[in-house]
Amino acid sequence: MIGVPLAQLQIQEPGGSDACAAANGFCPGWIVENIDRYWTPLLEHVYLTVVPVLIGFALSLGLAILAHRRRWLTGPIVAISGIFFAIPSVAAFFLLQPITGLGYTTAIVALVSYTLLILFRNITDGLRNVPAETRDAALGQGLTERQVLYRVELPIAVPEIMAGLRIATSTTVGLAALAVFAGAGGLGSEILVDKRFKSNVVVAGGLAVLLAAAFDLLILTLQRFMTPWRRARA
Amino acid sequence: MGDSSDRSTAEPLEFREVTKRYPGAAQAAVDGLSLQVPAGEICVLVGPSGCGKTTAMRMVNRMIEITSGDILLGDRSVRDRKPADLRREIGYVIQHVGLFPHWTIGENIATVPRLQGWDKRRIDTRVDELLELIGLPAETRSRFPSQLSGGQRQRVGVARALACDPPVMLMDEPFGAIDPINRERLQNEFLRLQAELRKTIVFVTHDIDEAIKMGDRIAILQEGGKLAQYAPPAELLMYPASRFVEDFVGSDRALKRLALQRVRDIDLWKAAAIRVGTPIAEAQAMIADADVSYAMLVDEAGRPKGWLSDRALAGERVTDDLRSPAHPIVDLDDVLRDALADLLSSETRYGAVVDERGALAGILSLEVIQQFLHAAPAASATGADLLRE
Repeated sequence: MIGVPLAQLQIQEPGGSDACAAANGFCPGWIVENIDRYWTPLLEHVYLTVVPVLIGFALSLGLAILAHRRRWLTGPIVAISGIFFAIPSVAAFFLLQPITGLGYTTAIVALVSYTLLILFRNITDGLRNVPAETRDAALGQGLTERQVLYRVELPIAVPEIMAGLRIATSTTVGLAALAVFAGAGGLGSEILVDKRFKSNVVVAGGLAVLLAAAFDLLILTLQRFMTPWRRARA
Repeated sequence: MGDSSDRSTAEPLEFREVTKRYPGAAQAAVDGLSLQVPAGEICVLVGPSGCGKTTAMRMVNRMIEITSGDILLGDRSVRDRKPADLRREIGYVIQHVGLFPHWTIGENIATVPRLQGWDKRRIDTRVDELLELIGLPAETRSRFPSQLSGGQRQRVGVARALACDPPVMLMDEPFGAIDPINRERLQNEFLRLQAELRKTIVFVTHDIDEAIKMGDRIAILQEGGKLAQYAPPAELLMYPASRFVEDFVGSDRALKRLALQRVRDIDLWKAAAIRVGTPIAEAQAMIADADVSYAMLVDEAGRPKGWLSDRALAGERVTDDLRSPAHPIVDLDDVLRDALADLLSSETRYGAVVDERGALAGILSLEVIQQFLHAAPAASATGADLLRE
């Protein structure tokens, strides 16, 4: 895809990057000159990822704790968040517009709804996978139900909760690229501005990939920090 | 609530007509169970699966609610207590231990003290004390459960249960998941610990041998949660109350009784202990006075050398002519079952019993053991007594 333009690029490089850009090549020179225009969309993208994931996490945690006490709620919650998850994201952005208008609110409401299924299921599974004898021992030592949840079950479920958080975050970085259809900017809008220019698409898309990787690393580091007991071996 | 083991406390426990009936179940899980556990004793609940032994135990700390009847801890009904408060005062040890994997050993042991709001210094002191008590090195406190062996984890489980010096402990098949060699070691360790701590303990097992070894008293439960018999181990083995108990304790219950007693616990036969050079008349008088018609040659210190032959007793003074060596030689402190094994594997029917100094103390024979098995059991014969030497 970029082989031929690259050859041209090397010849034309001394003459400036415009020629490369005009030939729609992959132009490092152009990228260096124009990188500044990507910072704002990148920050918007970070915002469009962090805010929905945090809200989605808070909601899912609340719902998972509720469903942990009242098991019968699990089915309905999975069903409803499953429906949210199945709605094509672009459709969701358009469907929400009459209610929430163009902008961040629409984007965030839609993006939150996509994290619910993943996060709820992972938190619920994490809580359920706590060994029965650990729970029994905790109650038997005189911890109250609330203490068992916060001091024993949730900490033991951290690895599974974090795994859910990683999937939800990567998914959200990807979906946030479509938030442009809700009028919320982000790297997606930068792609659309000049979607035929390869350098532009590569930079905007590449930044989204890097962003996803950075978040993943961040959460993984956080998890290792939170679960020293998982690494301890005889 | 004391925080050191030398101010150990214990309270009596009483089941009064305790019944547990699950909705929809045709049979009660526990049916009118009444028994008393004196303070400082181990009561073992034993029986086949489905006999309600674990259910009965779990009603003590209200992990399972009582349907009718009552359980008294000291003189207070457990039904009047808030479950969480009650449980903090009752040690709880279960088969799979259930240590908290995300807490260090120190934090695990400190579970109840932390719930009770002890200050850090007091907790640290107590954790050190308990690690020493269970024989784990002090540096274990900063390790995680996954770094310990099964036996070590089980010890930590016991330490955690003992942290606030509870008057009562509940133990549900605590050694069930441990291999046989380590299980025996843990059982012995625990009995030694108990000899010191003297807690009131409800101990659940399905293994009658473990019940006999661990229990001061044994409650045998049968299907439907009915109490079949409640008695000290020796009495249970001697006088099974029903066909069910007889079957449950096994056809080898005579052997099991022997495992509970030492040679010194039974009436031995007296033998003539004769030194070389004893005048023959004196020797004859000693033989006439003994329970055994053969005479034992002993050295200056009274140690048995062998059974004297007829020729040795034919002259004016006793010579050292032997018909057979003094074999087997058993110790007063040997467990009767082991002494019996020695007797059976030797040619002679008589075993020379020696005291701590090696001097002849009496003669053990199959007849002696048989007589013992037909006599009434000693009241205090329990596995714990054997370790208390």
